[in-house]
Amino acid sequence: MTTPSGVPLTEVTLDALRAGKIDGDEIRATPATLRLQAEVARSAGRLPLAASLERAAELAAVPDELLLAVYTALRPRRATRAELENWAARLTGHGATKTAAFVREAASAYAQRGLLADG
Amino acid sequence: MASRRFASRARRPLHRELLVSPYPELGLVASDGPSDPLPELVVENGTVARLDGRAAADFDIIDRFVVAHGLDLGVAEEAMAIADEELAHMLVALDVSRPELVRLARGLTPAKLARVIGRLDAVELMLALKKLRARRAPSNQAHVTNLKESPALLAADAAEAARRGFAEIETTVGVARYAPLNALALLVGSQTGRPGVMTQCAVEERRNLELAIRGLVTYAETLSVYGTEPVFVDGDDTPWSKAFLGAAYASRGVKVRFTSGTGSEALMGYAQGQSMLYLEARCLAAVRAAGSQGVQNGSISCVALVLSLPGGTRAILGENVLAAWLDLEVASGNDAIASHSEIRKTAKLMGQFLPGTDFVTSGYSVMPRHDNTFGGGNFDADDIDEWLTIQRDWQVDAGIEPVAEDELLRVREQAARAIQAVFAELGLPSVTDAEVVAATTGYDSSEMPDRDRAADVEAADDLLARGVSGLDVALALDRRGFADEAEAVLSMQRQRVSADYLQTAAVIAADGVVHSAVNDPNEYSGPGTGYRLEGARWELLQALPNVVDPALLAGMEEAGEPIVVERGESARGDDPTEVVVAVGPAFADTIRATIADLPHQSVLAAICDGIRSEGAMPRLVRIRRVADVAFIAHDGARLSGSGIALGLQSKGTAVIHRADLEPLDNLELFGMSPLYTLESYRAMGRNAAGYALGKRVGPVPTELDNFARAKLIVTTTLLHARETQAVRGGAAAVELELAAPVASTVASTQA
Repeated sequence: MTTPSGVPLTEVTLDALRAGKIDGDEIRATPATLRLQAEVARSAGRLPLAASLERAAELAAVPDELLLAVYTALRPRRATRAELENWAARLTGHGATKTAAFVREAASAYAQRGLLADG
Repeated sequence: MASRRFASRARRPLHRELLVSPYPELGLVASDGPSDPLPELVVENGTVARLDGRAAADFDIIDRFVVAHGLDLGVAEEAMAIADEELAHMLVALDVSRPELVRLARGLTPAKLARVIGRLDAVELMLALKKLRARRAPSNQAHVTNLKESPALLAADAAEAARRGFAEIETTVGVARYAPLNALALLVGSQTGRPGVMTQCAVEERRNLELAIRGLVTYAETLSVYGTEPVFVDGDDTPWSKAFLGAAYASRGVKVRFTSGTGSEALMGYAQGQSMLYLEARCLAAVRAAGSQGVQNGSISCVALVLSLPGGTRAILGENVLAAWLDLEVASGNDAIASHSEIRKTAKLMGQFLPGTDFVTSGYSVMPRHDNTFGGGNFDADDIDEWLTIQRDWQVDAGIEPVAEDELLRVREQAARAIQAVFAELGLPSVTDAEVVAATTGYDSSEMPDRDRAADVEAADDLLARGVSGLDVALALDRRGFADEAEAVLSMQRQRVSADYLQTAAVIAADGVVHSAVNDPNEYSGPGTGYRLEGARWELLQALPNVVDPALLAGMEEAGEPIVVERGESARGDDPTEVVVAVGPAFADTIRATIADLPHQSVLAAICDGIRSEGAMPRLVRIRRVADVAFIAHDGARLSGSGIALGLQSKGTAVIHRADLEPLDNLELFGMSPLYTLESYRAMGRNAAGYALGKRVGPVPTELDNFARAKLIVTTTLLHARETQAVRGGAAAVELELAAPVASTVASTQA
């Protein structure tokens, strides 16, 4: 298991820290690690958890601001169908295809239930 | 007419609460509501056409989400075909495994889940919960907050919580801008108390995510869901937005737990006429479908509303069971104040406390409840000894460990010093030595020196702007010589890279090993299986700081001057004015004072004085063959010239006896030895003399203290053990004389 730039976990030490070898941004799970965790959940029969961790693996590469923008757009009556489609396309651009499909599915459900910004 | 007993009861704390009869139209019904739909699942061409009374076209967002992401059509037909009663039976049957029940639950609709849970009684629910808990061992979560948002006190309380064994610690803010500082204090304090404890700061989601990205927190349980669409939307979310947020947190290495609970829909005005338990089943189906590993449920902040209804406590336990059945980690409430009545809230607690849940409370208030800014504090700092004692009583592990005062003071001070160092190193407004001292020993935040709060919130903003991370905190600790704390904070950063704690019901041990339902699952299947409190853990949980060694209590008292002298075996007397004072085998020998701490010498003097004052003659004998007060007195009576004796056990219990009565009968029994004074014994002597001389005798007035037994029964047992150890079977009674002149003793006791 490594950090996003490939530093092995065993080398994340106080010595390395003192030497300035590790950056704060390095301290996060990689997409590969999160996919592995999804696989562990799937093996245990926890399919929705596995699906969520797969979305997490995709979102690991998505910038913070986009993450927060998509969350806001998914809140009730915040976005039009076209806007949600636009966010889904942005996610796809970062390789987050499953999450993009999830956003499109939300848009369909919102359309049925009057939860889009334009009714 | 009015009853003064009703009036007395009306003044009890319980009666500050309002109990109401069910009002299903407003959702004020705990379970099995008259308008709850019948379980229904119709699948056509592989898609769900009807669910719990609704056609697909009428599905609300919750139905749609559960159908899309939760309901397992591969097992639905099989599971839905099983009768409610049979499923209920399987939940408690020890030969039906948790994995099998979890498999079936994936195919059950919310209405079916709620109806099955509704078939279980209180004890069956507890057994089901014990079976269905996700993680092998139960644990607990703490709340750590204070009204002044004092960093030193937050750190010290977090350290205490960690040292006491809480696996997770949650804080929040009074003022939103404090969030980074509070999260920082919690991180440093928790890792000082015990490495591996997970922390969270409950704030608005964006801010929360920011703290998580910085590595200042490791879990979040702020993701609330509701059981009806209007309430969900009023909460400004949908199942999709919450599920997205959950994945977003996980993507930043944050353990995610959703929150739901009975009563919230009624409180928010859109229960749609359905029962609390049914709506919670809908919540939990959505939580599972969203891919959350767990849930905080058990009514949480609405607990008092649910408890206003018949079956409320049972419904809350039912929702915990339901969550566990759906394979979710359960942090089982008991955090918001459930009742004014200590009896009632403790009775409610037992539903989770005895079976054990992943987190028995979703926030035990480590500090006094008036410092709990969650509005929690159902159980708080002042209740900890009770909690520990109840664990010890039941031999149950409910996640809190006893710790000695000096060790807690050490840990609290160390944490306060550590946060002081981190504030200094990171250029935050300084934490003074006076704050460290007050945080170490103080009771609550009122004892904390005031800080410049404007400077604190500015510094908090700046901390975020500078992008200070968990690594910077580790480095700051390292630079200031807090090596262990630095390593522990760094270890939490490594955890974020490996992300093992994203699995169901994960907690982190002090050695950094993650324990979850994946690698350490609950496999309870009856006696002798699953998590059992035994061995070293049981030794730890029974060794409360206030426990004393009875061998020390029962030790020999310091030998003093002899009180009495033995003068050979006793024979029956022939003086009709004689009253025998018959003492027990250990009296004035290996025991030298009564349980009320009256010296035996003074007791004998008072009795003899009383006997003489009525014109009779005292005669002292020691009964050696028996330790029971009735036989001591009766043996004495048979030696007495008048046939009357006062029998006296070493602990002070006394009986006036007559030779012709059965041994277990008596003239007067004085069983409340802890309450007696020398004047009491003088009165006993007077009455014994009265019986001997044939006078009219009014019984000595007796006092009653029904708590004396609870307070002194251990001491009584130990004293009586010493008395029985002095028994010499078959030995004759012996004559006694006071070693000191009686006259002088009488004079001193009369003075």
